[in-house]
Amino acid sequence: MRIVVDFDLCESNAVCMQIAPDIFEVRDDDFLYILNETPGEADRARVEECVQRCPKQAISIAED
Amino acid sequence: MTRAPRAVTIVGASLAGLNAAEALRREGFDGPVTLIGAENHLPYDRPPLSKQVLAGEWAPERVALTDPEELEEDGIEARLGVRATALDLDARELTLHSGETVAFDGLVIATGARCRTMPGTDQVGGVHVLRSLDDCLALRADLEAMPQRVVVVGAGFIGAEVAATARGRGLDVTMVEALPTPLSRVLGDEMGEVCAEVHRDHGVDLRTAVGVERISGDGRVERVTLSDGSTIDADVVVVGIGVIPNTEWLDGSGLEVDDGVMCDASCLAADRVAAAGDVARWPNALFGETMRVEHWDNAAQQGAHAARRLLDAAAGPFTPVPWFWSDQYDRKIQLAGRVRGDDEVRVVTGSVDERRFAAIYGRAGRIVGVLGFNRPRHVMRYRALIEQGASFDEALAAEF
Ligand SMILES: Cc1cc2nc3c(=O)[nH]c(=O)nc-3n(C[C@H](O)[C@H](O)[C@H](O)COP(=O)(O)OP(=O)(O)OC[C@H]3O[C@@H](n4cnc5c(N)ncnc54)[C@H](O)[C@@H]3O)c2cc1C
Ligand code: SF4
Repeated sequence: MRIVVDFDLCESNAVCMQIAPDIFEVRDDDFLYILNETPGEADRARVEECVQRCPKQAISIAED
Repeated sequence: MTRAPRAVTIVGASLAGLNAAEALRREGFDGPVTLIGAENHLPYDRPPLSKQVLAGEWAPERVALTDPEELEEDGIEARLGVRATALDLDARELTLHSGETVAFDGLVIATGARCRTMPGTDQVGGVHVLRSLDDCLALRADLEAMPQRVVVVGAGFIGAEVAATARGRGLDVTMVEALPTPLSRVLGDEMGEVCAEVHRDHGVDLRTAVGVERISGDGRVERVTLSDGSTIDADVVVVGIGVIPNTEWLDGSGLEVDDGVMCDASCLAADRVAAAGDVARWPNALFGETMRVEHWDNAAQQGAHAARRLLDAAAGPFTPVPWFWSDQYDRKIQLAGRVRGDDEVRVVTGSVDERRFAAIYGRAGRIVGVLGFNRPRHVMRYRALIEQGASFDEALAAEF
């Protein structure tokens, strides 16, 4: 699984970071950084929660 | 012993309703799922209605939260332009405005809220509220006509966003607020004053501690008369004085309604009946308080929770830390928690003068809220502390 964020949609509200701080980080410059683009299957449930809760629908999962 | 429903009907086809429907499918529910919505639109996102769409930056289509193909794939039937007018819990039947009755088994009440209006303004053109896409497009058309002066009644979050968007269009804006300090009940005086300053800096003529007596004009609005006797010329008026939960259709159903549908801690209002979003009131154990929350994140989360609860009593209580954002000018304002006007407030990072800071709120030794101006990272960190029930001292000592 690979995490894809549409940065044109993302507004850095850090909802994803609250769910998975080891994967998403909004830094002091107010931009979102993906710390781990290819988390393992153990993280799938949390990443799916991020996809669902992102208020901008900016996150998706690519299966490649 | 109650059982899980065999079919679920969701009344209110917006954020909470759609999230409930999608969550049912995510949880593996394979019975029929029907969304009944009074609007003629498929579920759409409201926050951009006071921001990007009103500003003219986004085409209205961009607010869609789903499309017919996606709904079909998920096996969710949407009945649009249909209003429920009554609920019979014994017969397990809904009445629709057409007089038709429909049977249901499981039910999610997600009828949201509507705007409070100013009495006597129905017949006056150019007076707007902002809740629906249709409201937004009507207001947008009036703003595009480059009015001389826009008057915003109420400096709450919606009013503030409309003022900011109208200023962004280069329009003259006067905002009238009955409280001495805008948002003082939600943010406290000190932080409410910061919000007031942001508007003044951006050229909004902000009048506080004064009410609106009358909005008048010959067919179309011409002036707003204030409680101190003064008048403001206006070609467009936007009334943002709060919302009323849509519960009238539940009258006589036996459900308890008190500024929202009363639910238990797990969002259940009756056997196999749950409620979610702006319409739902429930005891949030995390705060020891019964609340009704009018925020995007809550509608989405509670919709999903209501669905899980219908399927399984083990879903348990719904105990979120309420959170929302508001975009005004170039500021992203976020608030998490439950703040009261008299909570202790401390700025923990950044500077109020630069309008980039986070402040935390404490009550009875606990951290109960966090406000951020362009500090999303901090808001989420402190939100986590609120969730953990951290003490105010711990939160003050934390470094993020
Ligand atoms: C302009 C605007 C900007 C906003 N900005 C933000 C923001 O920046 N951040 C934030 O956190 N929140 C924001 N919000 C709040 C957020 O959009 C709401 O909390 C959310 O829409 C609530 O969702 P809901 O599904 O509970 O109710 P609603 O979105 O109100 O939907 C309820 C639906 O039910 C329908 N309905 C009502 N009665 C019936 C009936 N009897 N039968 C059938 N259907 C019925 C209604 O027509 C409506 O479509 C904003 C809201 C508005 C209006
Ligand atoms: S939740 Fe969505 S909008 Fe918010 S920071 Fe993450 S990707 Fe961006």
